[in-house]
Amino acid sequence: MDELTTAFVGAAALILGADPALLEIVALSLLVSLSAVTIAALLGLPLGAVLAALRFPGRRVMIVAVNALMGLPPVVVGLFIYLLLSNSGPLGALGLLYTPSAMVIAQTVLVMPIVVALAHELLSSLHEEYDELFRSLGLRPAAVLATLLWEGRFGLVTVLLAGFGRAIAEVGAVMIVGGNIAHLTRVMTTAIALETAKGEIAQALALGLVLLVLAFTVNLLVALFRQAAMRLAYG
Amino acid sequence: MALGQPILPLEVRDLMVEIGGRRVLDRVSLTIAGQGTTVVLGPNGAGKSVLLRTLHGLVKPVAGEMRWNGRPFGPDVLSRQALVFQRPLLLRRSVVGNLVFALRPRGLARGERQRRLAAILARFALEALADRPARGLSGGEQQRVALARALVLEPELLLLDEPTASLDPAATLVIEDLLRRTAAEGTHLLLVTHDVAQARRLADRVIFLHGGRVLEEAPASVFFTRPATREAFLCLAGELPT
Repeated sequence: MDELTTAFVGAAALILGADPALLEIVALSLLVSLSAVTIAALLGLPLGAVLAALRFPGRRVMIVAVNALMGLPPVVVGLFIYLLLSNSGPLGALGLLYTPSAMVIAQTVLVMPIVVALAHELLSSLHEEYDELFRSLGLRPAAVLATLLWEGRFGLVTVLLAGFGRAIAEVGAVMIVGGNIAHLTRVMTTAIALETAKGEIAQALALGLVLLVLAFTVNLLVALFRQAAMRLAYG
Repeated sequence: MALGQPILPLEVRDLMVEIGGRRVLDRVSLTIAGQGTTVVLGPNGAGKSVLLRTLHGLVKPVAGEMRWNGRPFGPDVLSRQALVFQRPLLLRRSVVGNLVFALRPRGLARGERQRRLAAILARFALEALADRPARGLSGGEQQRVALARALVLEPELLLLDEPTASLDPAATLVIEDLLRRTAAEGTHLLLVTHDVAQARRLADRVIFLHGGRVLEEAPASVFFTRPATREAFLCLAGELPT
């Protein structure tokens, strides 16, 4: 309990004092996770729509695979990306290991299956509802995909939030491919792991609270934005 | 009018449709020609909706023939039809956005598109609702938009699948009034219903479907006064008192 109190005081001090070291870590956490979610959205949302609307050989296998990959252990993904990016690996020449780019890659791999699987789920029910209308109007496949993504836009925001939650909370993968290097690849979760390992429990808890506030704030902002958008834009 | 050849008269010969191994349409033959309103009447499960969907290309027949003014079904035939579903199936956008959505695949010139939009909004008294979110409208208004979305395509044949089944009497009358005007302006209506009273109000010709077979095909005046089959007689006699 004593440690918890100290943690709250410490967290308040960190936030209110706008501790520059903390701000740096928060900024990098947001940058890495938002980049990963953006890339996963650009690739994953269209793929989810394709799986929902088009019929092609291998589709069922892909759906099963994507659903299974939702549970990928971050440490395993980290290890896999590490092997790809390490000096002796196939992409070693790019020199990305222990950079924020490597962390973005790892988190994108973790977030993609979530985005694809949940988008597929959501857009499948929309497609079922509108399939006959689309065929009646003679829509081409590309138009069907675009329409599904636009009709599902409010639900897809929640899908991306789920992906962001996975990314911002993840520690195993960014630790392995980022290395938790101060001022370069240290993010909230790896900093917490480090402080805990050092025995600085109060400091770790304080950082944990900041992370919670951060995740909560992002969700709140998106929820408010979504509500306003739905009111304005024909929910 | 849209470019291309007329698709009527339609000749259907021995059409067979199976869904999930069950025969839903059994050697259906019929003719649709000229103007007016043809009502496909029959009890639930008679295959009415399946017939409509087959004529619209949404269901593939296992056997039989459809000749649209001598041609088989294809994209050009589809583009001269429009279908109104039992549910409005409006998209999450404005009323006019829904109409634009239907027109876009037709690739019309901008001027022609604007002309059609303005005309249909005026004709359906939808101008005041044009910018409202379509899915926020009442059921009757939504079905009116769905009908406008079909007619903005200026179809030669308008297919309607129980379009008033989930509407109250007042909204039903509004839709029926619009349908009468549409038929009078030269679009052939093919209306599927199990509502005998509605069939009486709208039909010029009746196709009576029962158990996947066409039992009668007759002018409305003949069908309603002297049904030729026991099934049709029972269907008319079973009409609920109004």
